[in-house]
Amino acid sequence: MRGVALTRLGVIAAFIALLEALCRFGIVKPLTLVAPSRMVGTLIDLIQAGDVGDDAARTAIEVAGAFVLAILLGVSIGAVIHAIPRLRRAVAPVLVSWYAVPSFVFYPLFIALLGLSEAPLIAIGAFSATPAMVVATISGLDRVPRVLRRVARVHRMGFWDTLRHITLPSALPSLFTGVKLAFAYAFIGVIAGEFILSGGGLGYAIAYAYESFETAKMYALMLLVLGVGVAVNAGLHTWEGRLLRRRQR
Amino acid sequence: MTRWIDNLAILLALLGLWYLAWWQAGDSAITPPVQTLKFALYLLGSADFWPHVWATVLAFLYALAISAVLGITLGLVLGLHRFSGEVFEPILASFYTIPKVTLYPLMLLIFGLGLSAKVAFGVIHGMIPVTLFTLAAVKNIPGVLTRTARALRLSPRQTALHVLMPAVLPEIISGLRIGFALTFLGVLIGEMFASQRGLGFLIINGINQHDVARTTAVIVIVVTAAVLANGALLRLDRHARHDV
Repeated sequence: MRGVALTRLGVIAAFIALLEALCRFGIVKPLTLVAPSRMVGTLIDLIQAGDVGDDAARTAIEVAGAFVLAILLGVSIGAVIHAIPRLRRAVAPVLVSWYAVPSFVFYPLFIALLGLSEAPLIAIGAFSATPAMVVATISGLDRVPRVLRRVARVHRMGFWDTLRHITLPSALPSLFTGVKLAFAYAFIGVIAGEFILSGGGLGYAIAYAYESFETAKMYALMLLVLGVGVAVNAGLHTWEGRLLRRRQR
Repeated sequence: MTRWIDNLAILLALLGLWYLAWWQAGDSAITPPVQTLKFALYLLGSADFWPHVWATVLAFLYALAISAVLGITLGLVLGLHRFSGEVFEPILASFYTIPKVTLYPLMLLIFGLGLSAKVAFGVIHGMIPVTLFTLAAVKNIPGVLTRTARALRLSPRQTALHVLMPAVLPEIISGLRIGFALTFLGVLIGEMFASQRGLGFLIINGINQHDVARTTAVIVIVVTAAVLANGALLRLDRHARHDV
């Protein structure tokens, strides 16, 4: 297992070194790609100068809002759908075709409905993240063995006790997959929304830097976005592993 | 019979939401269903519209072919060589979850404006799910299948054709279905920035010129096409799963 992790680090390091070399020796023009070391340097400068704080804060609020909204909506809608088999059959086609539809085509509509502020971006993120949570909730509830539900009934357990001792433990792995996907989709939705149609946030800052030919700044911001995305995903992954391992004990 | 009623109810509910959105946001954001369908039919009948459709279809087919071939090949290689699979799978998975739209300036700088940038954009979106699904399919081939093939002394060719292929095909088709949707999304986003033609261009151009009727109609056409294609692939997907 350690060998795998070390090799993975090695591959990533080699890739970064290759980029660095390509840029340093002028094989790739500085207008196309900036050396990784310079990306990091520019990013540190930007942070120290306080140039990214506002945009980063705005994006963070939007992503967090969309993520929380998606989880709340997803779990409640999923629970309702799971409880009514007929409804479940009826909405199944909508759920499976949701991600076939390029969701950004609805961005202008959200902006018209909610105005030009953080709200439409939260809506955009939640719009693309909620169905993943709905599907995960339904499949999680499917995994609760019928025997355990009967045990809960025999013991006359209340709603909260059933939820805590019976439903959640069985549904957890699937729910967690939903949480991870919800974060990824909320993040992608918000950044893409800012990129295409907004006037603030990291996505907008990248688009702006591109249009004003500030290549170094653009790459620094891209690095920040990608780094945060990867870090949060890795964090959720580790947390998931820990939760699942504790359950097995 | 109840199924038809349910489907009709869902369709009516969606139309109701649409009306509600129009009623809330007004004509400056969206046009109501009947008017939109009329305009969509008019677009589908006009000669100016089809070159944009073909531009999108062409870029999409190129991108899909590249995503499928690269994705399946990479998935097979990483699935068969377990060590590389374990090294690369998390890297690919985290690439899948980052907002790739931020990479669009990079794509433009490398490929320039036009077809190749659109195709490249489709490929970076669509290739990863195909790879991940293929990888998982190969990795999870039940050991009993390969042992049976050995016990029956099947030649490598026979093993590949009659044992391995049927075992991985359903997963690969699922991966292609998701890859299909994401490639389409990638190409459309590519067209929004990197092109003067195609459906994505029509959408962004309509937004910039406040041509609400056109934008809404194009969006409806795009969404309908995506949903229909997804339905067909879903059918194929279920068919493949039942066959095995």
